[in-house]
Order: sequence, then structure tokens, then C-alpha cells
Amino acid sequence: MRIELRQRTEDSRLMVWLSPLLALGLTLVFGTVLFAALGHDPLRALHVYFVKPLTEAWSLEEIVVKATPLALIGVGLALVFRANVWNIGAEGQYTVGAICGSVLPVMLPDLQGPLLLPAVLVCGALGGMAWAAIPAFFRVRFGASEILTSLMLVYVAQLLLDWLVRGPWRNPEGYNFPESRLFEADAVLPALAGRMHYGTVLALVAVAALAIVLGRTLKGFEFRVIGAAPRAGAFAGFSERRSIMAVLAISGGLAGIAGIGEVSGTIGQLHPSISPGYGFTAIIAAFLGRLNPVGVLFASLLLALTYIGGEAAQVSLGVSDKIARVFQGAILIFVLACDVFIRYRLHFQPMRRPAARAEDAP
Amino acid sequence: MMRATVLAVFAAMLALPAAQAADPVKAAFVYVGPIGDHGWTYQHDQGRLAVEKAFGDKVETLYVENVAEGPDAERAIERFAREGADIVFTTSFGFMNPTIKVAKRFPDVKFEHATGYKRADNVATYSARFYEGRYVIGQIAAKMSKSGVAGYVASFPIPEVVRGINSFLLGAQSVNPDFKLKIVWVNTWFDPGKEADAAKALIDQGADIMTQHTDSPAPIQIAGERGVHGFGQASDMDAFAPAAHYTAIIDDWSAYYVARVKAVMDGTWESGDVWGGFDADMVVMAPYTDLPEDVAADAAAMVEKIRSGEFHPFTGPIHDQEGKLRVAEGERADEGMLLGMNWYVKGVDDKLPQ
Amino acid sequence: MTGFEAVVLTIVTAATPLLIAALGELVTERSGVLNLGVEGMMIVGAVTGFAGAQLTGSPYLGVIAAMAGGMALSSLFGFLVLRLAANQVASGLALTLLGLGLSGMIGEAFIGQPGLKLERIDIPFLTDLPVVGTILFGQDPLVYASVALAVCVSRFLFHTRAGLALRAVGNNHASAHMLGVHVIRTRFLAVLFGGACSGLAGGYLSLAYTPQWVEGMTAGRGWIALALVVFASWMPLRAAVGAYLFGGALILQFHAQAEGIPLPSQFLSALPYIATVAALVILSRDQWRARNDSPSCLGQVFVPDR
Repeated sequence: MRIELRQRTEDSRLMVWLSPLLALGLTLVFGTVLFAALGHDPLRALHVYFVKPLTEAWSLEEIVVKATPLALIGVGLALVFRANVWNIGAEGQYTVGAICGSVLPVMLPDLQGPLLLPAVLVCGALGGMAWAAIPAFFRVRFGASEILTSLMLVYVAQLLLDWLVRGPWRNPEGYNFPESRLFEADAVLPALAGRMHYGTVLALVAVAALAIVLGRTLKGFEFRVIGAAPRAGAFAGFSERRSIMAVLAISGGLAGIAGIGEVSGTIGQLHPSISPGYGFTAIIAAFLGRLNPVGVLFASLLLALTYIGGEAAQVSLGVSDKIARVFQGAILIFVLACDVFIRYRLHFQPMRRPAARAEDAP
Repeated sequence: MMRATVLAVFAAMLALPAAQAADPVKAAFVYVGPIGDHGWTYQHDQGRLAVEKAFGDKVETLYVENVAEGPDAERAIERFAREGADIVFTTSFGFMNPTIKVAKRFPDVKFEHATGYKRADNVATYSARFYEGRYVIGQIAAKMSKSGVAGYVASFPIPEVVRGINSFLLGAQSVNPDFKLKIVWVNTWFDPGKEADAAKALIDQGADIMTQHTDSPAPIQIAGERGVHGFGQASDMDAFAPAAHYTAIIDDWSAYYVARVKAVMDGTWESGDVWGGFDADMVVMAPYTDLPEDVAADAAAMVEKIRSGEFHPFTGPIHDQEGKLRVAEGERADEGMLLGMNWYVKGVDDKLPQ
Repeated sequence: MTGFEAVVLTIVTAATPLLIAALGELVTERSGVLNLGVEGMMIVGAVTGFAGAQLTGSPYLGVIAAMAGGMALSSLFGFLVLRLAANQVASGLALTLLGLGLSGMIGEAFIGQPGLKLERIDIPFLTDLPVVGTILFGQDPLVYASVALAVCVSRFLFHTRAGLALRAVGNNHASAHMLGVHVIRTRFLAVLFGGACSGLAGGYLSLAYTPQWVEGMTAGRGWIALALVVFASWMPLRAAVGAYLFGGALILQFHAQAEGIPLPSQFLSALPYIATVAALVILSRDQWRARNDSPSCLGQVFVPDR
């Protein structure tokens, strides 16, 4: 028997809800097999992984902390991807956002006052925008693929950060260790509760704003048309170049805010490593969320859960970090695979067998 | 008043199980890399295993590996505090501020931070004087080298690494005042390919002794391939280049970890700063192989001299690259100078990246 | 061996894994599939190759195991994006996550073991030739294989029917389908080829370059290979040139340092990336673009109607 995909005439409404459940089912089966094979009690392992983090206030907070930068970057990416622009360098924009946002607190530590924090955030956003504007400009002006240029600039940004914190921005009282001075109180994003900070509020605002822009405004329509059918867009008088610049600037700006938000709200200083790959994970979040801002929000929370759950499993079960990562990769693959059923249906087609064989069958 | 009494009773109830000695002491470890790096994190994990071996079922150890410095560190540390750990070892410099933050929220948990300088009532710091070993291998290098040039694969220009470079060269110069040292910064602690490339470049530039302050066995492996010699780092790397490996400076955290966990068990734990070397068995030399007997014997004797405090690698006169006298004749560099070292001694053929 | 020869040798060996992985990804992308999971397939190839060599005692069987490891992971990717029409960018990234985890799991048993090295081949007499001798004739077998691979891929793509079909699938899958080319099958084979090459590149690291297994030993080389493909504007021989340039930049940076040239090392490390961006911009300008036929269906989903 052959299995074929047939495109549905329209997306299945049922499958929009059913496919995540299917993925969950597959994940549970895979998890049971994996943990059992490695000699752990599967039920307990899955409980520690998925349920326990949701039952403790502390780990719920941590999930939100972890999801915040993912959601901020992810919604921006949902926008660019819809416009068919492939920004995979959000990690670099995040880093430059963090650097630019840190200019004031690091270079002018005596600067204080209520305006400092907004200034820091604006600098961060502008930094991310500027870094995203480079691939945008190269794409628009020279036709250089933004997939590659944005990715290359990630490394450049990380090396720039590295040079700054090991060189000119090194904490003068820090025994030459590679880190900047700690941010003064006025430059720190205030906490909401526990380790949750106001970056979360910014993320929610970004999600809401982009949901409205994409769903309800002419501009959002324009971005989507340009992405889906650039020529039709051109006929309608939409400028592809301007759209590319705009979406990249927005997504870069959001990544920049995520960067300075983490530095100011969670870490409190610049470090050589300020991101556990948020810019790349956010790409997965954008697709898991089906490029829909609200969807991205949930996808970010889910991804955060898999991190927190993986860590919990390491600590309370002694499951190794690698197994946690394999499991996380598997979850993503299941979710991506099951999403197929929204747009396609499976069609089982009997193989044409040689006639003689077919007659053998009872 | 009533409330206070209830709280007191409640607190006493909570404290009760802890008072029973049957409960194992929980010791937790936060690692920056994978245990499989065969270097820094691997050695810390050996220390954890030593704790398990020493106390059997009186101790329970927990760990997380691959915790990135940055936003995740604080959560990983806090998780252990919430899981009821009695003592948490955070084994990378970048965990310093997160450790301090979490320690404030959990005053009853003891924290131990490796290689840092911030302490609190419940935060101690510890580090090892690897530079003592580097002086010894510097002497061996100068005695064994034919070209009079050694290559140094360095990671990041932090004081720890600069101190090691200086100590190595001081050791070498004590044997051969004209000894040269070439340095390549690879800007990573761990990337076997890059470390190998750097080692090749150094050998191509005339170095016939290879040493490193990065974590993988790649440089010593390249030395073996190219027919030159060198030293292992962090763990005994003889297996990777049997013909090339003279010895290695081994980080050995076992004794310290066992002692500190014991202190928690006995209730004698106190905050402080331990910077141990040969004397504390935190730094150990691997067996000397492929060395003439007298060279090996001299090296062993030097280890003893440093262990007993008879000799200090940073004994004056020490001049920096500009010729400025940093440590006067007969004096020893003080701890502050060692901790914040950001200048090269005379004779280093490199400009310190600023 | 003179200094010059040694430096060239080092550059060639540094470039070889990049070149092998890039050639595989190039073929995959030519068929219209973007597989961002190169890093994941490479690291799995590194560990299966090492394991294969340790268990069988033969580095050559290790090479085969490395290719098989990369292929196994790429077949999962192929199933996802071709059979199930899942998003390629996200699937590739998920593949990298999975590969990094899997390799760590498989490799746990092999940590701290010195590996078997794929020995250099010395061709009698030719190796003794001055200057070119060691450069041309004293390399390990995979270096020769990588050069041969570049030539073969180039011949295949531009001088065979199958290569034409593959490019057609990448340029316009709908037309290719109508002309009777089996789009999905062609792409699946291209993905498998890409996986085998990535695995081989990983195996080169753990068997020839630094014969050992350590977690995360590919250290981002898969991403550089991805960059190389675009840098080469999907031309195999340009990929070879690009790989040697990239390798050269990496190695000369260390030589500059050892010579004591006072530049921030971060700046030197950033140079190859900046150079790639610059080269890409130059290559993409209009007069150049006419000459490079990048696969226009790259990353697009194809589902046959029947």
C-alpha cells in the first residue's frame, strides 16, 4: 500500500485542533519507549517532564521567563516569514540589541533617573533594527540572499560582544574577568514577580500588536500579499523593497528588545554569552505557532516547557542532558509532522501488485 | 503573638526531619559544559564521583550539565536550592553573579563558586593554582626543546590564562634565559578542530614543544603527529599521544569536594576562599613519561619545593614586557597581583589582547 | 617539509570537512530542498564514524559508518519535508537539535578514547617531489576523495541527464513533474546524498583531523558549510575555491597571531564571515546574477496532485 498526500481544498478546521493532540500522543508513546529503554520509569519521567513544571508556581514563573524572549523574537519572525523574507539571523540582532542597549548603563554608569530605562530599551530596539537593516539593504540593493547574510552577521555580532566585554567594556573592578559592570537599579527592568520581569509585558504587547497588524490592517495584508505573490503585490502598487525593509526592521527591533530585556531584566550585566540560542529556537517557535502571533505565544510557552521539563528530568531522575535534547528534538519533529494534516489529507492507495500474487491472497 | 507561636511550632516541625541524621546530605553540581569534554567539566564530575564514593549512601549527588552562562544559569542554581540541596557547587566563572543572587534568597543553603571573587556568608569560593604546574612544565620545556621555542594554544585573555603563560615562561627562562614563547588565541575553551589548527600553525612557526590552556586533547595529538612533544591539560592525555606526552597538569577537585561535603555533614561549613595548589592536592602532575631521568627527577623536586612553600613561581625580580620591574628581587607576587594579572613577563612574543 | 608546504597542508585539511559537507548540501539545495540540519548530521556522522572505527578496528569501516549515520538522520528529514511536506527551515533546525542530543547519547561510551587515525597515503616517488610533493601526494585519502567529489558533482550536475533532471526539479518542480521526472524521489535521493556527505565530513573530523570523540566537536562547521554553498552560488568548483579560501582565512589568522601581529583576535575570527557577506554581495550584483542559476524552488513544498 502506498500513502500519498492530497492537498485539501481548504485547511481542515478539525485538524487545526486535532494535530497538536496527535503530536502529543506520539510524543507520549515515544517518551514511554525512550525512557523505558533507558531504564527509567516512563510514567514518572513523563510526569516530571510535562506535568510537574506546570504544578509549581516557581517553575511556571520560570517557563514565562524562558518564553518571553522566544515570543518577542518569534512574533517578529512570524511577520518576516509571512512576507517570504528569511531572517535566520535573529540571534545576531538579539546580540546587537543587547550591546546597544547596554551603551548607556555601561559607559555612563552615573546616569540615573526614570528616563534611563526607556532610553535603554529604545537603544536596544534600534540596535536590533540596525543589524537587521544590513541584510535588508543587501537584499534590496544587490539581491544578496538574506538567509546567508543574516546568519553570517550572527557570528560577527557575537564576536563584537566578545571583544567588548573582554576589552573596552570590561568591568574595571572585575579582576579582568570578561563581563561588564552590573547595571544600576534604574537601568534594570523591574520584576513582575520572582524572576519574571516587565519584558513579559512587552512580549504580550508585541503579540497583540502584530496580531492586529497582520490580521486587521491593510499593511498586514500588504506584507502577506508580497510574501505570497510578489507580482500580484506589485500590480496592487505595493513596494516589495519597502516591505522587505519594513518587516526586517520590525523583526530586528523585536529581537533587539528581547536581547536588552534579557540583559537588563534577567542577567543584569553584559557577558560573553547572553543567549542560549534564543534567536534560533525562536525560528522553531514561529513555525510551531504557524506564523500566527497568538500561536507563536503558545509555541514559545511549549518550547519553554520542554526546556524546563528537560532540566527537571536531569535533576530529579538523573536523565542525561542528551536524552532531554533528543526528546525535545523528537517533540518538535512530531509537531511539525502532524501539522501536515491541516493542509493535506492522507490517501491510502493500494499498490498494484503482479496479478499472480494478488490471486494467491485468500 | 499567637501567630509567632504557630510559626515557631511549624518551623520546628519542618526542622525535625533535617535533625534526623538518616537523611543523606544533598550535594549539587552545576556544570558549564558536557561531562564528555574530557577536560574541565569532566574533572569536576570526577570530583562529584569521589564524593559519592567517599560517603556512600550518606550523600546524594545531583548535577546538570551544559548550563549556559547567561539567563539560564540562575534558574539551574535555584532549582537545586529548591530541590533541597544542602550544598551547591557552581563550577564556572560566569555563574558568579547568579550564585550570589540565589544565595541571597536561600540563606540556609551553602554555595561554593569556582574561580570567582564574590563571597557571602553562605557563598564560598575556590580555585586551583594551576600556575604552579605551569612553572614545572616550563622548566621541562626549556630542558627538552631543541629549537628553544614553545607554542601555547590559549583560550581567552583572562588573568587565569595570562598567569599560566607568565608562569610557564618564568619556568622556562630559569633554565634558558633566551627561551621564546609563541601564543595563539583561539577564543574558545573547546573546539578540537580549531585547537588543532592553532597547534599546527605554532609548530609550523618553529615551536617544538606544545602546551595549551584549552580543554581538548587535540593540540597534544597534533604534537604527536608532527613528531614534537607537549603537555596535557586538565586530565592525563597520555593515551592521545603516547610518544609526545611528557606529563599533564591535572585539575583534581576530589579532595576539596569531599572535605566541603564533610564539613556540611559535620555542621562546620564556613564561607571562605580556598586557592589551593600542589599543597592541597588540587593540582597534580600526571606521570612523567618519555623524559630523561634527571629531568623527571628535577621536575618532581620542583613540585615538592612549591608544595612546601620553599619556592614560589612568581619570585622577583620579574620585569614586564616594557621592562618595568613588577616584582622586586627576592619578593613574591602578592595574591592581588596574581588574581588580576593583565601583563606579560619579559620575553613573551605576543601583545596581550586588551 | 618547508614552512610553505606545511601551511598549505594545514589549510587543505582545515578546508576538507567544509568542502565535503558543502558539496552534499549543494546537491540537496540544487534539487530545491534547504536542509539546515547539516550541523546535526555532521555531528552524528562524527560519532557513528568514531564508534564504527573503534568497534571494528578499521577506520575505513568508520568512514562508511559516518556516512550511514548522516544518511540515517537525513532520511528522517527527507520523510518529514518530502513525504509529509513539513516546513524545511524548522525541520532542519529540529534535526540539528536532535542530532546534537543523539550524538551525545551514542558517544557516551567513547569519551576519552584515543581514536584510530585514517593514515596518510604516501605515493612513492611522487611524495618526494619538491614543494608540490607533499601537498599533492601526501594527504589522507579523504582529501583526495573531497577533490574528486567536487569534480564528480560538477560533472554530474552539468553533464549528465540525471543531473539535468535534478536541476530541473530544483528550478521548476511543476514543469519537471509534467515532463515525467519523479520530483519527490529525486529530492529524496539528493537529501540522502547530502546526509551522506555531512556524515562523511563529521567522520573526517573524528577519524582524520583530530581522531577522538568529544561532544560538540563539529563546533559550528555545519553552519559554515551552509554559508559556503551560497558563497559558491551553487557551483561545486566554486565551493572548492570557497572552502580553501575559508580554510586559508582561518589558518592564516593563527599564523598572523603567532607572528605577533597585534590585531584583536575577535576581529580576525570575524573576517571570514565578513568576507562571505562581501563576496555574496558582489556575486549577487546584477551582472553576476545573470550567470548563476540558483535553484528557484529552494525551500518550496511540492506535493504531486496525482
